[in-house]
Amino acid sequence: MILAGGQSVIPALNMRLNEPAVLVDINKVPGLGVIEEKGGVLRIGALCRHEQVRKSVDVSAHAPLLTKALAHVAHPAIRNRGTFGGSLCNADAAAELPACVLALGATLNVESAEGSRAIAAEDFFFGFFETALEEGEVLASIDLPVLGATGRHFFDEAARRRGDYALAGLAAAARVEGGRMIAPRFAFISCGDRPLLAGALGELVATRYPDAPAEDEIAEALARDLEPPEDAVTSSAARMRIATVLAARAIREFQQNGGRA
Amino acid sequence: MTEAARFSPLDRPNSYVGRSVSRPNAAGLVRGRGRFVDDLTLPRMLHVAFVRSPHAHARITAIDTAEAAKMPGVVRVATIDDIRDYCSPWVGVLDHLKGIKSAPQPPLADGKVFSQGQPVVAIVAASRAQAEDAAELVDVSYEPLEPVTDPVAALEPDATVIHPELGDNLCFQRGIDAGEVDRAFAEAAHVVETTMRFNRHTGVTLEPRSILCDFDPSERALTLYMSVQCPHMSKNLFAKHLGLDENRVRVVCGDVGGSFGIKIHTYPDEMTAAALSVMLERPVKFVADRLESFVTDIHARDHDVSARMALDAEGRVSAIEMDDLTGIGSYSVYPRTSGIEANQVLNLTGGPYAHKNYRARARVVFQNKNDMCQYRGVGHPIAVAVGEHLMDKAARMTGLDAAEIRRRNFIPEDAYPYTAPSGAIYERQSHHACLEKLLEACDYKGLRRDQSAQRESGVYRGIGLASLVEITNPSPAFYGVGGARIASQDGCTLRLDPTGGVTLATGVTEQGQGTETIVAQVAATVIGIDVNDIRVITGDTDAVPYGGGTWASRGAGIGGEAAFQAGKALRWNILGVAATILQERAEALDIRDGCIVNAKDGMERMPLSELGRIVYFRGDTLPKDLAPELVVTRHYTQNQYPFCFTNAAHACHLEVDPATGLIRLLNYWVVEDCGTVINPKLVAEQTRGGVVQGLGAALFEECLYSGEGQLMNGSLAEYLLPMAGEMPDIFVDHVTTPTATSELGAKGVGEAGTAGAPAAVMNALNDALQPFGVEMTDMPFTPEKVLRALGRIGGGGED
Amino acid sequence: MSRRAITLRVNGEEVTALVEPRLNLADFLRQEAELTGTHVGCEHGVCGACTVKVDGRAVRGCLMLAVQCEGAEIETVEGLAASAQGSELCEAFVEQNALQCGFCTPGMLITAAELLDDNPAPTREEVRDHLSGNYCRCTGYQAIVDAVMDVAAKREMS
Repeated sequence: MILAGGQSVIPALNMRLNEPAVLVDINKVPGLGVIEEKGGVLRIGALCRHEQVRKSVDVSAHAPLLTKALAHVAHPAIRNRGTFGGSLCNADAAAELPACVLALGATLNVESAEGSRAIAAEDFFFGFFETALEEGEVLASIDLPVLGATGRHFFDEAARRRGDYALAGLAAAARVEGGRMIAPRFAFISCGDRPLLAGALGELVATRYPDAPAEDEIAEALARDLEPPEDAVTSSAARMRIATVLAARAIREFQQNGGRA
Repeated sequence: MTEAARFSPLDRPNSYVGRSVSRPNAAGLVRGRGRFVDDLTLPRMLHVAFVRSPHAHARITAIDTAEAAKMPGVVRVATIDDIRDYCSPWVGVLDHLKGIKSAPQPPLADGKVFSQGQPVVAIVAASRAQAEDAAELVDVSYEPLEPVTDPVAALEPDATVIHPELGDNLCFQRGIDAGEVDRAFAEAAHVVETTMRFNRHTGVTLEPRSILCDFDPSERALTLYMSVQCPHMSKNLFAKHLGLDENRVRVVCGDVGGSFGIKIHTYPDEMTAAALSVMLERPVKFVADRLESFVTDIHARDHDVSARMALDAEGRVSAIEMDDLTGIGSYSVYPRTSGIEANQVLNLTGGPYAHKNYRARARVVFQNKNDMCQYRGVGHPIAVAVGEHLMDKAARMTGLDAAEIRRRNFIPEDAYPYTAPSGAIYERQSHHACLEKLLEACDYKGLRRDQSAQRESGVYRGIGLASLVEITNPSPAFYGVGGARIASQDGCTLRLDPTGGVTLATGVTEQGQGTETIVAQVAATVIGIDVNDIRVITGDTDAVPYGGGTWASRGAGIGGEAAFQAGKALRWNILGVAATILQERAEALDIRDGCIVNAKDGMERMPLSELGRIVYFRGDTLPKDLAPELVVTRHYTQNQYPFCFTNAAHACHLEVDPATGLIRLLNYWVVEDCGTVINPKLVAEQTRGGVVQGLGAALFEECLYSGEGQLMNGSLAEYLLPMAGEMPDIFVDHVTTPTATSELGAKGVGEAGTAGAPAAVMNALNDALQPFGVEMTDMPFTPEKVLRALGRIGGGGED
Repeated sequence: MSRRAITLRVNGEEVTALVEPRLNLADFLRQEAELTGTHVGCEHGVCGACTVKVDGRAVRGCLMLAVQCEGAEIETVEGLAASAQGSELCEAFVEQNALQCGFCTPGMLITAAELLDDNPAPTREEVRDHLSGNYCRCTGYQAIVDAVMDVAAKREMS
């Protein structure tokens, strides 16, 4: 088992939910903690701490969605230690960053003794805490296309307390070019067994642009892609309802001010 | 001038009463120099971990400890058969709660388990980690029995009886029928009714329950370093059930990391730890981890209430009727019982209002869940929420404003002392003054204007009021008359030291609320010395006078008065000695700033350090028959009323987002009357902390159980507590009505915040929801429930 | 379990110890370094009581292993209180009664100190946000916010 920031792994060890025979600490592996922009691609090292990413000027310039989303990730002391790559590999459907990389169309660069391969974000998240990583593979870095002048983004979530996992959340990105909305991607948090792209909603929004679909149309589109979980406090229906409200807000923002908030 | 008037704390020169003195013990805590139980390490100390029941109700068919016993570091693996001879079971009943019953509770499960988390096997090892390693290898076989979790079902005639020897699952019931309730409802101009649900929640002290037991076989003496509220009570209970001479049991309570009623009960794991120390003749430490805390620290509330209120045409309450059903887990908790909360709900509902006709019933029911018992506020949050919700409903029905209907119904100012139909006696209260001051503080009219304006733009804000009474300064009528050895009296010992400083030992305890500062302020004022020259000792049963400790908001009122009386006595003794030395009449002298002075002109005659020097080292210079006594002890029992009731008025301002169901707290105000305010900052901070616990209950906190009796959210990630980000600033102000039961005039303030906040939040929420025509009475108020109430998502389980 | 030797600096003092790999930093500080000011409240990273600084950043002591701290510089509440900046914060906490039982206080102080390092003039809202991962059952938080604001105001004036 790999130990990066440890903010999810160590609680499980402390509670004796997990007793790995071997724990490999990668924190001192050099070169995994770098953020750089090159040729229209923003590369974030897997070991970059959440606070490092949140405060990075490169990130706020080229992927401001992350800057916004990271303010919702847990609390400062957790963000000081937790890593960008660790959060993706943990693949918690309720976490912010997996949805963000889906919305941004990221590529995840994976290394192993056999070599390296690149996995598109939409192929990375498999299911409940499951990813495409094979035995012996380590996530090394994440590549994001930089947000150009035409790029739009939105992040919001409904949580009962600051830093909590969201009841539902939305990371969304799109480009508006020549009066058309191109490739809008709406990635939802806490709305399935993994972060989910709402493809039907994306199509609907692109087709209608510059008009916006009505709320019941949004709900109908979301029903095709989302399957929110239910727990003792919050029903699937409530999450769906909140997801719909967030989607409507995102679409409104994309239309009104181009979502460049 | 009478003695009482001369020593009135309010007009002494250099009085500390009414001043926000900083807490001396805080200085160490901020530097990491606290002394909590887990900070202590004793030579040859062992650690205990427990194998706990995963079942809510089951028969134990076999326990195999062989593998565990072989693990590294393990010293002993114990089941009930090993512990039985070292610790007897206990039964949580009180004589004055007529008919209350419970089963004998063993330290480790004896044949059956009755709730998830009940300790079954104890493992003692050199480290906690090793004990836990071994615990994983203990194999307990269970035959699951039907879990009884729903209190209504538990009372059905064919229900499984949890403790068959008790005959049924009803622990306790009580009824009140005062006046002519049926007639009042028949003749009412308006009747409002409701059903309400009060969530089960818990205390979540940040420092978990902790105990370090050190048995010395040479004297058969047991020292218990405990995080606890009532050291003398614990001393008695551990001695009794471990079969030790009570005089040889010492409880030492250092810093306590929060208690709130959690650390006042008898817990099987703590009893077992002590029994193991006796058995092994070595120190044994038990510190609950967070997961154990959630399943075993007492839980609170868990009430279902139906209630109605009758009013006349002018909106005056003529009658209240209520029925309360509460589930308390599988045992009535020892020694305070789990009947007290429901008893208080009955005693307190409708407390501030002058109605004559009252009928109420409480039923307290066993279930296969963790035990429920007294937690901060005990019954008050329920009683206040029921009364105040009915009052708001009545306001809406009659068209009166929420403040106005309360004004019309408060007990008239000239009616005190007043006996409520529940039997509660109020010495004097200030409901009108508190409410008016509150309305001014929160700019009630301004809030109402803002509310209307905001609604125009689709923003839904609500204002909720709650008036309340709170039980403080209890007399022996609370527990003593019921046969429990829980002291309602408390003592204070003062010793003038040769330096002129004073050592103060008191039976009330410090849990962070500032007791040590309060008693020092009172004693310093009455004696006439600098508060920094008083050193306070609490928590050590070998060193302090016998007392009750921390419960029922009694530290300032009872402990403060004992310090007051002791201070008076010491001062008089000092002046007697000074009079002899100075050849002066004692009445002509005073003590100010640590100096003997002339009472008349304040001229300095002799510092106390000089008096101390003479008394302690040069007794040869004093007259042979003087016998100076510079150590005094005084005790105080509040005996005039069963309790000294305080009162308060709360206001909550919040905003609901109907799209997401999220509730945002905007502001909160409290005006309270705890009598003489000894330390305004500490009173305000007790109030704020209490309010936030009530806000947690209303909005976040709930112990969620499955139908099978499994706690589903027993971690801090899933059990939501109020945090800094969501809490509002809380305005606190006072009205001062000193109690005449003591010279100090102080009443308690520990629980009023918790008592009022759930009601104020609920009323604010329902006020905000008025445009939608819906009401919510099922705490906590989650986004899910808000969306459901608004019809944004469908009813029932599935959408 | 085989133990490993580690050497690190705690509050400026070098500490060498032989520890089990599973020992977390908070337990290491309490049991091996005998600095009991760092408190353990949940062991799953939520309560914030065990927060300490590792190489200048506030982290949860229960969510790092001691063996990961080889060569690191640790600051606990004892070290913070001994520094000029830290003692100013401690005094403000006492002055405002920003603690009752004191169990959360070490984590609150470390977290607040980090905030003031990064943002010397925070708003009340920013203070609440930064402290939102530190649980306090006693105070209701307002006095803690007041204390942090007091220190910020004082530093701005000087």
